[in-house]
Amino acid sequence: MKTFLTLFSRELKSFFYSPIAYVVLFYFLLLAGMNFWYQIQIVNGYPAELTIVEIVFAQALFWFPFILSFPLITMRVYSEEFRMGTLETLTTAPVKDWQIVMSKFAGVLFFYCILWAPSFFSFAAFQYITHHSAANAAGAFYTTFLLLFLMGMFFCSVGLLASALTKDQIIAATISFSVILVCVFLPFLPMVMNLTNPAIKEIFSYFSPVQHMEDFSKGIIDSRPIVWYVSMTALMSYLTLQVFQFRKWKA
Amino acid sequence: MIKVENLTKRYAGVTAINNLNFEVEKGEIVGFLGPNGAGKSTTMKILTSYLPASSGRATIAGFDVFEQSVEARKHLGYLPENTPLYTDMRVNEYLRYRASLKGVPGRKMRQSVGDVLELCSLRDVEHKLIGSLSKGYRQRVGLADALVHDPDLLILDEPTIGLDPNQIRHVRELIKNLGGKRTVLISTHILPEVEIMCSRVIVIHKGKIRASDTAENLLKNQRTAGSMRFEAKVGSDDAATDLQKLPGVKDVATEKDGDYSVFQLRLEANTDPSEELMRLAMSKHWVVREITRRRPTLEDVFVELTHSDS
Repeated sequence: MKTFLTLFSRELKSFFYSPIAYVVLFYFLLLAGMNFWYQIQIVNGYPAELTIVEIVFAQALFWFPFILSFPLITMRVYSEEFRMGTLETLTTAPVKDWQIVMSKFAGVLFFYCILWAPSFFSFAAFQYITHHSAANAAGAFYTTFLLLFLMGMFFCSVGLLASALTKDQIIAATISFSVILVCVFLPFLPMVMNLTNPAIKEIFSYFSPVQHMEDFSKGIIDSRPIVWYVSMTALMSYLTLQVFQFRKWKA
Repeated sequence: MIKVENLTKRYAGVTAINNLNFEVEKGEIVGFLGPNGAGKSTTMKILTSYLPASSGRATIAGFDVFEQSVEARKHLGYLPENTPLYTDMRVNEYLRYRASLKGVPGRKMRQSVGDVLELCSLRDVEHKLIGSLSKGYRQRVGLADALVHDPDLLILDEPTIGLDPNQIRHVRELIKNLGGKRTVLISTHILPEVEIMCSRVIVIHKGKIRASDTAENLLKNQRTAGSMRFEAKVGSDDAATDLQKLPGVKDVATEKDGDYSVFQLRLEANTDPSEELMRLAMSKHWVVREITRRRPTLEDVFVELTHSDS
């Protein structure tokens, strides 16, 4: 446990050693803030059928920074160790490989949570000031952030796997960006291709983060997405461990 | 401390090390010598469980480096080739991180890190970013990292590379002082270093061990012996032919230096023709300016052991 914490804190700190963290934090805060402010303006002007939480998290202004954040925060994690050769000092310390993989995952996920913290507080502030719930019910507000966390787990693990595959950060970022993009937008395929078969539409909607967000921001806790994200995260992390060991021994 | 049995490592098509067997006792400082690509680094990487062996086994302090790798690594301080470091961390921060990773308890942290900062003369740069340090300092940070948890065994892959002569001396002194309590395995191709620091030398070439002995014994037993330099005014004599006839002389090369002639005599092993040489010179009335015996060096041993393919 102590080893894990040591690795975890180094991983988390390493974000703040590089300018990337500050740049990502800045733009993320800017875009999330803009989105929030802009949607509030709209809701203010017109009678809305949706709550502010539902509206904010349905916007492209939410999805694009969201998708883009994962390659940016994960690309460096393994690639940099391979490139600088620090893998050798890291893995020759009395540390188990799974501890390395898990601590890197935890570090990245924690940073992702830091990215979302301001947004969480802006909703909290909204509720405090207006004495209105930001969502359908108090719980719906938390389910939205639960889903954000679940999606974050999955996409972080995708990004980490991509980073473990190559010592080039740009390639890692490209791989994870493409995969996450596909995960988010492939479920729109039936719509784009005008498929009317309801079975196909339904299958795609099972895997659609956009659909999940629509449900969760209404306060509907569906266990299927939870199982999907948790098990996919486990799979990606397992693959990352395998790739990590393979690359280490090949080196 | 280290026990290596029938260790073999094959990369795609290339055999890096072939059926290696050796042992290092506790407290020894062993020099691992060999030309580039001999398999030194590969062997070290297997010992530190960074690479798995293709066959054979190795143990550190009784722990198999593959099966009980974490236990084995606890006994180990390792300085890899080229000293990889996190360039975005500060020196003392990095050492604290490494110490914690290697299980140094929190209450001993300050002491341990302070000790290695002192030992490796890093006090004046402890707050600097590793990325801004020169090669010599980085090398010492790597060494401090290897030492920080006070390991029983140190494996150092070319520890003096990139250092200036003063630092090299300092590091050699340091390593020499580590012996006794700790076991040290150093790879290098700088030969004087081995003679100064190591109690034993293992010469490896093309993945095989060519010799394993003290530097002294290696010199004594080597087949190519030393040479002799002889300078004299020999007049019109055909001195080279006479010198050639002396016992133990393999061949003679002659050079002119003004009135004097300079002869280089290559000798057979364990022969010393100086007495015969002096008699010859006296009988011929040569004016002798210099007779020097050149003893065989470790370099000769190294060249002999690693030059031929035999």
